[in-house]
Amino acid sequence: MISSDIITVLSGLVFLIFSAITLLGALVATFSKKLIRSASGLALSFVGMAGLYYYLHSPFLALMQIVIYVGAICIMIMFTMMLAESSENKGITTMSAVLSVLALIGCSLMAGGLIFLVGTSSWPVTQRYASFASVKDIGRDLLYRHGLVFELISGVLLVAILGAILIARSGRRKA
Amino acid sequence: MTIWNLSSFLQPYLIIAVMLFVFGFFGILYHRTIIGMLISGELILAGASLNLVAFSRFQSPNPVTGQVFTLFIMGLAAAEASIVLALVVTMYRNYQSVHASTLNELKG
Repeated sequence: MISSDIITVLSGLVFLIFSAITLLGALVATFSKKLIRSASGLALSFVGMAGLYYYLHSPFLALMQIVIYVGAICIMIMFTMMLAESSENKGITTMSAVLSVLALIGCSLMAGGLIFLVGTSSWPVTQRYASFASVKDIGRDLLYRHGLVFELISGVLLVAILGAILIARSGRRKA
Repeated sequence: MTIWNLSSFLQPYLIIAVMLFVFGFFGILYHRTIIGMLISGELILAGASLNLVAFSRFQSPNPVTGQVFTLFIMGLAAAEASIVLALVVTMYRNYQSVHASTLNELKG
C-alpha cells in the first residue's frame, strides 16, 4: 500500500511538472520581445504538451508532437528568423502600449470566464467501449473511417509544399 | 480530487488548454511581427488539440477519434506554418522588415 501511494505522488508530481513546463513555455512565447526566445518557449511548451499526451493515454501523439512540432515546425521558424530579422522592438508607442494593456485585460477576462465555465459545468461520463487506443487502432481508424480526410490532408500538404517553394522563389534574381 | 491525482480528471487538462488558447490569443494581439503572430497561432492550435485529446480520453465513447483529429490538426498546422514562413521570406526580401505595420500599401 505504501509503495502504491508513493507511485501516485510521484506520478502527480511529474504531471504538475509537465503542466508547469507547458504554461511557462507559453508565457515565454507570448511575452518575449526577442523572436528567438519566443520560438524556444514554443518548443518548451510543446515538450510539456507531449508529456500531457502521455498522461492522456496517447503515447503515439506524444511522439508525433515531439517529431512534428518540436523537430520540424520550431526548427523551421528558427531558420526563417535567420533569413529575416529577429527583433520586435521597432514601433512601440504609448498608443500601442495602452492597446496592449487593454488586450491583456480583455484576455484575462476571457480566461476567467472560460475557467469558470470549466469549473462549474458538469461533465457526464458516457458509456465507453474501449479505454485505451493502441497504435493499431489509430492506424485502422485513420485508413478506414477517416480515409478520405487522410487523403485530402496529404493533398493539402503537397499543395502547401509546392506553394511555399513557389512563393519563396518569386522575385529572386537568377544566379 | 487531491493535488496528486489531478491527472485522472478532465478539468486540469481543460484549464491548461484554456490557458494555452488565451496566451495565443493575446500573443496575436501583442506581437508586432508576422513570425510572432505565427508562433501565437501555433499556441492556439496546441490548446485546441489538447482539448480534443482530453475529451477523447475522458468523455467520448471511442478513444481513437480525438487522437486521429489531433493528427489531422498537426498536418494542417505544418502546411500552414510552411506557407506563412515562405510568405515571411518573400516579405522580408521586398520590404526588409517582417513587421505587420509595413504592409500598408493599400491604405488610402
